Amino acid sequence: MSVTRRGILTAVPIIGAGVLGVGFWRMLSDMRSGAFDPRAIKNPNVGKPIPTFAMPGLPGLGDGFTDAELKAQHRPVLVNFFASWCIPCVAEMPGLRAISRNMPIWGIAYEDKPENASAFIQRDGSPYARVASDRHGRVAIDWGVTGVPESFLVAPGGRIIWHGSAALDPQIYEAEIRPRLAGL
Amino acid sequence: MFGPEQGHFALALACVLALVQFAVPLWGANRRDARLVGLAPYLAVSQLLALGYSFLCLVMCAVSDDFSVQNVAANSAVSKPLLYKITGVWGNHEGSVLLWTLILAVCGGAVSLFGRNLPDILRGRVLAILGGVSAGFQMFCLLTSDPFERVFPAPMDGQGMNPLLQDPGLAFHPPILYTGYVGFAVPFAFAVAALIEGRVDAAWGRWVRPWAVAAWCFLTCGIALGSWWSYYVLGWGGYWFWDPVENASLIPWLTGTALVHSAIVVEKREGLKIWTVLLAIATFSFSLSGTFLVRSGILNSVHAFANDPARGVFILALLAIVIGGSLALFAWRAPSLTSTGLFSPVSREGSLVLNNILLCSICAVVVTGTMYPPFMQLLAGRTISVGKPFFDAATIPLTLPLLLAMGVGTALPWKRAQLARTFSHLYAAAGIAAIGLALCFWKLSGILPIACGALAIWVIAASVSDVLRRIGLGHTSAQGVWERMKNLPRSSWGAALAHIGAGITILGLCGMSQAEHAIVEVHIGETRSLAGDDWTLLDVHDYIGPNYKAMQADIAIRHNGKFVTILHPEKRDFTTQSQTTTEVAIHTNFITDLYGVVGDRHGTGKDTTYVLRLHRNPLAPWMWLGGLVMAIGGAFSLSDRRMRIGAPKRAAARNMARA
Repeated sequence: MSVTRRGILTAVPIIGAGVLGVGFWRMLSDMRSGAFDPRAIKNPNVGKPIPTFAMPGLPGLGDGFTDAELKAQHRPVLVNFFASWCIPCVAEMPGLRAISRNMPIWGIAYEDKPENASAFIQRDGSPYARVASDRHGRVAIDWGVTGVPESFLVAPGGRIIWHGSAALDPQIYEAEIRPRLAGL
Repeated sequence: MFGPEQGHFALALACVLALVQFAVPLWGANRRDARLVGLAPYLAVSQLLALGYSFLCLVMCAVSDDFSVQNVAANSAVSKPLLYKITGVWGNHEGSVLLWTLILAVCGGAVSLFGRNLPDILRGRVLAILGGVSAGFQMFCLLTSDPFERVFPAPMDGQGMNPLLQDPGLAFHPPILYTGYVGFAVPFAFAVAALIEGRVDAAWGRWVRPWAVAAWCFLTCGIALGSWWSYYVLGWGGYWFWDPVENASLIPWLTGTALVHSAIVVEKREGLKIWTVLLAIATFSFSLSGTFLVRSGILNSVHAFANDPARGVFILALLAIVIGGSLALFAWRAPSLTSTGLFSPVSREGSLVLNNILLCSICAVVVTGTMYPPFMQLLAGRTISVGKPFFDAATIPLTLPLLLAMGVGTALPWKRAQLARTFSHLYAAAGIAAIGLALCFWKLSGILPIACGALAIWVIAASVSDVLRRIGLGHTSAQGVWERMKNLPRSSWGAALAHIGAGITILGLCGMSQAEHAIVEVHIGETRSLAGDDWTLLDVHDYIGPNYKAMQADIAIRHNGKFVTILHPEKRDFTTQSQTTTEVAIHTNFITDLYGVVGDRHGTGKDTTYVLRLHRNPLAPWMWLGGLVMAIGGAFSLSDRRMRIGAPKRAAARNMARA
């Protein structure tokens, strides 16, 4: 069959459909392995330094913290946004306690009454090395938080190297966080 | 008699019948064996009966609260009203796939019944293709989404249905929309059959067009109904969100609209054959990809279906066979189809080509916008969302010339037109459009709404003036006008109506671009004003409904001190699903909708305040009214004698001999 303009034009639809089909197939297979999540929330701040902030503490849990203190750390820190009104955060607590045996977790109470947040994390033992209160969610906006719980892995010096928008558990720690600690 | 096992068996039987319906007529047509080909209609009808029985069984399971059936247990409950027990059957993935295949079988039955004028071989091949698609999706139903799956032990009560779906509008939205989607399977089957045969002629165009028009009518109604539902149920005050699921219905509508127009050229002038065949394949392919990719979870949508990548792989394989197969056949056979009808760029054909180019460009924009986020994430690993700003900016500039051409197109004669003469017919319409433009400048703000509004008025005026010219109003006596009115083909009336409907819809969209809203927090007795109306919260009271608790507000609206209406928006708490819904209250005078929503209650005692959302939506009802008028126009042209009868028997016999 010789190549004609008609032949080319009539072949275009099948090529287009083929490209789409291969793309869809890749997406589906990546979805099964977890590499592709259409509902994932990507944080634009990953790879950038943490924003500037200063937050007060929660009653009975010491002072809050600032970006300078976080930057001054010599070990990677997991920063976790939570709230006492958030059901996934309740579910996340045992997982956080398990992770806290391996690395420090700093908690930020998001849009929560300080007394509620304080009672919530003290109920079964706090996983947090330090806790601060973001009473009106102002700091969360700078971090690009879209909901709670969300967590950030912050390298010494204050660069964000990982972001997670699901409740954390030891599996996620082993799969996503621990491999990243090795290079720090 | 109508138990789940019988239903399951009937589904399997239908699947086997569909496979036979696929294989036997194709084989028979190849061997020129009239008896084998003649079996196709009987097979199609028996497949329909088996599938209808299966569907009835599922409905009976839901009605009789048989919670041993997983699907009923997950989506129904004893306390659910009977209407929603029935409509709930297709309110979930498994049931909707069964409904989908049932409608496909109904299409096959319709072709068997109404296609008696078709040459036997063509009808056999069309039914075979329909049978093949049916078999694929029935297999999908049986293997990955069995609606009759049992649970043991059977629960005492079901989990109930998403309360948002308990609405008469949504209850009938899926069947109508699916009829639209699936209806395009018939033009698709005709296209594939024609490719196998290697011949597309005027008779083919005449046969395929009524099916395309019928599917188009249903799809138009389905989209309008869905948009109306989201307007009055979701309570966001919006009507279209450019969500992937909505786009999935818009894309085949755009190519389907192009198909309905290009098939005219095949029928009248034997031109645009390859293009029409491609549109028929593309429209059904888009219908298929849309309905099913939405369920695979690839597209991130607010319309949640149970996402299951395993199911997605099966669907994708099926799509690859149906779409890939037909496109491969197209690439192989289409170059041999030749056009005979020559025409100048300025002619009816030329305007239809322009219509096709513009519709397909809009379609390409919508496809790009819908596919961009998942492909961007796949290739670059970045998540982005494409929304209203992109779609508005990209589709409206393409819509403007489309509207302009719509007015001119019907006034052009076939083959070759003299522009000066055509324009002389359009002076009146242009005058009205100029007045409309002034009106738009006065009432609307923003350059695009003004341009769209004026062009919509132009389309309506040009369609009306075209009909008036054809019936000779002002040129002949009243008797003569009456005679001409009777003789004017129904399809001309239909085309004019459909164009007027499109104009009305566009006007509605322009009106909605000027919508105003306010979110207020008020005490009982307080008044707030919005765009000249005073909204007063009179009272709020609680009551208990059949399966929910409700809070109802009474809001009085006055315009310049004159009482207009009292709205009763509600907020309902569904206890079984611990979900709340808002019942919007709408007062309409068909020019403006006053739209009230009641939200949260804050505080207690004297300090109690209520959050209210107040909307003033100009011309909102016109959007759906226009859709209805478009569909009525389509139905009108379906009733055209030429469409009903198709090509004369003798011509069909001659074609048969040539085949």
